Amino acid sequence: MDSLRLLWRYFAASMRAQAQYPGTTLLATTGAFAVNFIDILAIAALFARFGHVQGWSFGEVALFYGLVSISFALADFISRGFDVLGTEFIRTGDFDRVLLRPRPATLQLVGYEFRLRCAGRLAQGLVMVAIATHALRFHWGPVELALTAWAIAGGVALFCGLLILQATLSFWTIESLEVANVLTYGGVQAAQFPLSLYAGWFRDFLIFVVPLGCVAYFPVVALLGRHDPLGAPDWFLPLSPAFGVAFLALAFWVWGFGVRRYTSTGS
Amino acid sequence: MMAPRPYLAAFAGRFQLMLQYRAAALAGFVTQCWWGSIKIMIYAAFFHAQVAARSPISLPQAITYTWLAQAFFILTPWAGDPDVAAKVRTGAVGYDRLRPLDAYAWWYANAAAWMTARAIPRAGLMFLLTALIFPLVGLGAWSWRPPAGIEAAALFVISLLLLVTLSSAIVMLINLCVAATLTDRGVNNFVPPLVIVFSGNLIPLPLFPDWARTALFLQPFAGVMDIPVRIYFGGLTGAAALAGLGLQLFWTVVLIAAGWMWMRRVMGRLQVQGG
Repeated sequence: MDSLRLLWRYFAASMRAQAQYPGTTLLATTGAFAVNFIDILAIAALFARFGHVQGWSFGEVALFYGLVSISFALADFISRGFDVLGTEFIRTGDFDRVLLRPRPATLQLVGYEFRLRCAGRLAQGLVMVAIATHALRFHWGPVELALTAWAIAGGVALFCGLLILQATLSFWTIESLEVANVLTYGGVQAAQFPLSLYAGWFRDFLIFVVPLGCVAYFPVVALLGRHDPLGAPDWFLPLSPAFGVAFLALAFWVWGFGVRRYTSTGS
Repeated sequence: MMAPRPYLAAFAGRFQLMLQYRAAALAGFVTQCWWGSIKIMIYAAFFHAQVAARSPISLPQAITYTWLAQAFFILTPWAGDPDVAAKVRTGAVGYDRLRPLDAYAWWYANAAAWMTARAIPRAGLMFLLTALIFPLVGLGAWSWRPPAGIEAAALFVISLLLLVTLSSAIVMLINLCVAATLTDRGVNNFVPPLVIVFSGNLIPLPLFPDWARTALFLQPFAGVMDIPVRIYFGGLTGAAALAGLGLQLFWTVVLIAAGWMWMRRVMGRLQVQGG
């Protein structure tokens, strides 16, 4: 209970801080929306020219993209502390202070900052889902909503796991590795289209190594009421987001190992 | 007539400085490879349909377009020069007012060096991997193809130079926005979406609907990516290629003139921050 109250206070402080600069926050949020929303231009232009892509329609691709965007926006919102761990905590030595406080380090890092600009990507994801609903004349019943919530939960877990692994790496590299962005931002980019489009090695990577397919592909295939063209059995499709949660558990385990091995940069 | 020496020195100094960031170049290269790979797989999936004839460019051309766009990614005017933003923030911009030089040309030389020095290692690595290594390891279908011919190659070199002059002129306009508003937060948020769409970084400009073709060709951002790349693979030849070069030159001159005049106004009533 105490943790929850603390988290709430972190949240309120972060909101108040951003409210001090309303112009900047608004601009950053609009920018985040715009820079993500233009992807729909690319998708629309490609579909306008080619009609469909391996049997997938524009509305279906919009649903894939919308859901992965929502997942990533939510994960980004709650794990900013991990994203900047290398530059803001490790290199400066501030992580020592985090460890000295009588509260879990992960809690403090989650509470580091809740960036309102993530609402830009969230809004983009919601607009994509609305476009998909319209294009597919999709009916949202309780089953569909539950499956979507479960897929998004798995997606949030997976992206948080990736950000935690990226943060763990910085215990050794002392700086934030931007190359890890290829898995987060790049993962969103890859998951905006159905996985069946990609070359075999890339698909296997996105299913078995970083299980992005399990949170952003299989459940959406189930949601669309299709059979998986890759041959995954129908019963597996709605269960697959569990792998996102498993990935997060694994990431926490690696994180614990990293924290035990942490040596301060000193001074 | 102003003597070119101090500006050339500024260019050379900044160029050498920016070449030092090897880890950043490597990280950028890896990111660009990943991004490019995703893009070309998506294009291949779309082109596989029996509708490839509906496209004004072929799949190999789209792939070459993608690799070239990734290789010269840094030459696209994404944001203002961070040095200028820092100068504006700290008030060091006042020193630039004291130099017995043309402030516009001074910043322009710096911006051009900042972009080209970071672009060269990335483009070199990208060429090595996707143009030379890919065909050797059996990935020829996914590779960066050679230019359409001697003429295309020669015109491409000219177009690439014009790309740098035009892109630097756009960076200068962004710099001036930063100097006028005293922060880089605003302008650096709304420029990238604009540039991604209109330069051809989002998708090759010819793949947009046909009714938009002329307008997309005439707007200034086509010159920072689309025109040179299409000259390279033979999408623009003869008179069309010359028109492309002409447009690049036209926009360079117009935007430099606009920037130079704006610079005088901005510097005329400059607020210097810091103390």
